[in-house]
Amino acid sequence: MSSAMHIEESPTTGDETITNYTINFGPQHPAAHGVLRMVMELDGEIIERIDPHVGLLHRGTEKLIEHKTYLQALPYFDRLDYCSPLAQEYSYILAIEKLLNVEVPERAQYIRVLFAELTRICNHMLNIGAHVMDVGAMTPNLWVFELREDCMNFFERMSGARMHHAYLRPGGVHQDVPEKLLVDIGEWIDTRLPELFGDAMSLVLDNRIFKQRNVDIAVVSKDDAVAWGFSGPMIRAAGIPWDLRKSQPYDVYDRMEFDIPVGTNSDCYDRFVVRVKEVYESAKIIKQCLAQMPTGPIASTDRKVSPPKRAEMKQSMEALIHHFKLYTEGFHVPAGEVYVATESPKGEFGVYLVSDGSNKPYRCKIRPTAFSHLQAMDFMSRGHMLPDATAILGAIDVVFGECDR
Amino acid sequence: MATLHSAPRFTLIEGLKATLSQALGDHLVEAHEEHGELLLRVKRESIADALKLLRDDHGYQQMMEIAGADYPSRSERFEVVYMLLSLTKNNRIMVKCTASEDTPVPTVTGLWPNAGWLEREVFDMYGVLFDGNTDLRRILTDYGFEGHPFRKDFPLTGYVELRYSEDEKRVVYEPVELAQDLRQFDFMSPWEGADYVLPGDEKADKPPVDEPKTTEKPSETGAGKKADDKAADKVSAGAPAEEDGGSDAPPPKPTEDQPDRKARKGKATDTAKATQPKKAPAAKKKAAPAKRSTAKKKKGE
Repeated sequence: MSSAMHIEESPTTGDETITNYTINFGPQHPAAHGVLRMVMELDGEIIERIDPHVGLLHRGTEKLIEHKTYLQALPYFDRLDYCSPLAQEYSYILAIEKLLNVEVPERAQYIRVLFAELTRICNHMLNIGAHVMDVGAMTPNLWVFELREDCMNFFERMSGARMHHAYLRPGGVHQDVPEKLLVDIGEWIDTRLPELFGDAMSLVLDNRIFKQRNVDIAVVSKDDAVAWGFSGPMIRAAGIPWDLRKSQPYDVYDRMEFDIPVGTNSDCYDRFVVRVKEVYESAKIIKQCLAQMPTGPIASTDRKVSPPKRAEMKQSMEALIHHFKLYTEGFHVPAGEVYVATESPKGEFGVYLVSDGSNKPYRCKIRPTAFSHLQAMDFMSRGHMLPDATAILGAIDVVFGECDR
Repeated sequence: MATLHSAPRFTLIEGLKATLSQALGDHLVEAHEEHGELLLRVKRESIADALKLLRDDHGYQQMMEIAGADYPSRSERFEVVYMLLSLTKNNRIMVKCTASEDTPVPTVTGLWPNAGWLEREVFDMYGVLFDGNTDLRRILTDYGFEGHPFRKDFPLTGYVELRYSEDEKRVVYEPVELAQDLRQFDFMSPWEGADYVLPGDEKADKPPVDEPKTTEKPSETGAGKKADDKAADKVSAGAPAEEDGGSDAPPPKPTEDQPDRKARKGKATDTAKATQPKKAPAAKKKAAPAKRSTAKKKKGE
């Protein structure tokens, strides 16, 4: 941290007085959760003003997407919020499907919901662990990281990749999941997750130090949460039961039974607890998915959107042509514009997709969750102590791949 | 058209288009519905008023996003799109206005505090100015960046690249130098909507000539004495055997006393002996070439 202190002389007493102190938090700081630079103006140890400088990880994803076909642009979404890759793909895929108006087979819808919820657990494991570590505890982070590792292994068995899955496709998913994987996930949800996660949380939730660092930190009123465009756990912690999975259900979320945990005090502790509760709700959804998932196709049979099976290509000339066209030219999306937002683990992740009728998106605006939340960093931390900034940042759950795009 | 997709289903409100169109009145330019989403095009000057009206009277409490878009062929090339969300009505609408480089859009920071960064982003990426935004700095691009990268006429590669200079011990900016051409694939079928001329098709589009080329008079044929004279000219001396020859060309020597070449011993030149290195460097390496050469021999036979 670099600093600049201004020492002036008091006009009345002649004593030296210390005026505000400006420090530079980040861009390389372990509590910044990535590359965030915050110019902080401090009065002693009290934060007077924060000016977050974002964009250090700006890669121009939206511009790159304009130069790719719809399918080629999909992997970019994994790389936005690399802690919850499937949730980003989800919005994009649904936006394309909305423009194409393509039907998704039931099994594919269940698979998507199942792994979107597993992604939520995976994401919350990272955030919960990081938040706990930001305020000084070490052990719970190591424990929940083991669960995260389990999730990663499941993802690897699902798609072949641990982090950047590129698994969802317009009209379904890329490949079917093995039966054994579903069995293993079910077993994991029943045994390992509640056990290990419960153990880890028992160290934290009633911990005196943890509460001292989080309770009554960055209290945001309901009105402020709405005005600042909060979403996800941030708005739920403020006591507003707003969850896009419930209010604007997509795929088979309307068949799932789950509760929306809400906070009462809207502080960092509530945000943390909301996430903890959400893990259990996600587990409930996963179990329902496993119980209800039918057999059947995993991708649309519309050959103008989703490719034929390899075996079919050996027999049918038409299938071969479809495959070739889909992987060179790609499918054409009817002209129009949609804004599709889903409930990513961090909040509302939206995609504003403009199509001009060609095989490439004309414009693809990504609505990151962290952008609005981080913007509120200034008013949330005003009047708090310097070490509280890390707790506030941890409770926002910010990932810069997504914030900076 | 029946809804087949499974994208987020928010509450559809009967007659929303008519209600909001009426409420916006003069502010509205055009309203239309597509894919189940309502799009309201509003006059630029009154965008802040229109959004305030929608927020206060129609329950669109949250502004989730401001998106810019560039359409260079239009007279006002930029579009600024506001995504509004109603938590109470569970509905989403999009409100948009157009702008050009020098026509500022009224800011909405007074309505929603989170508009500050979103407007900064649109300004940074497209150069759209927001009137009344007191903090219109760049946000995502580098410190000291020039230009607005998401405009359609801004190249994908940008203009400058940076690297760490070991000599100067700092990061230096240099013009972009691509080691290979930027790969721009065009997968569009040439039969549908390729906007360039296919190789070989350059002449296809040219109009036919006004006067067709004809041969009417004998003088236009090119035949006659002049052509005959030219035809009589010998171009080359012709082959030696056909010529008389003369005496200066000596007869070819007899070949009988030239010795025959010795017959080859082996059937092929690439026998194992011929191809193997004279001294095998190591026992390990010896095995491989020997094996290969025998295989070749077999093939030859």
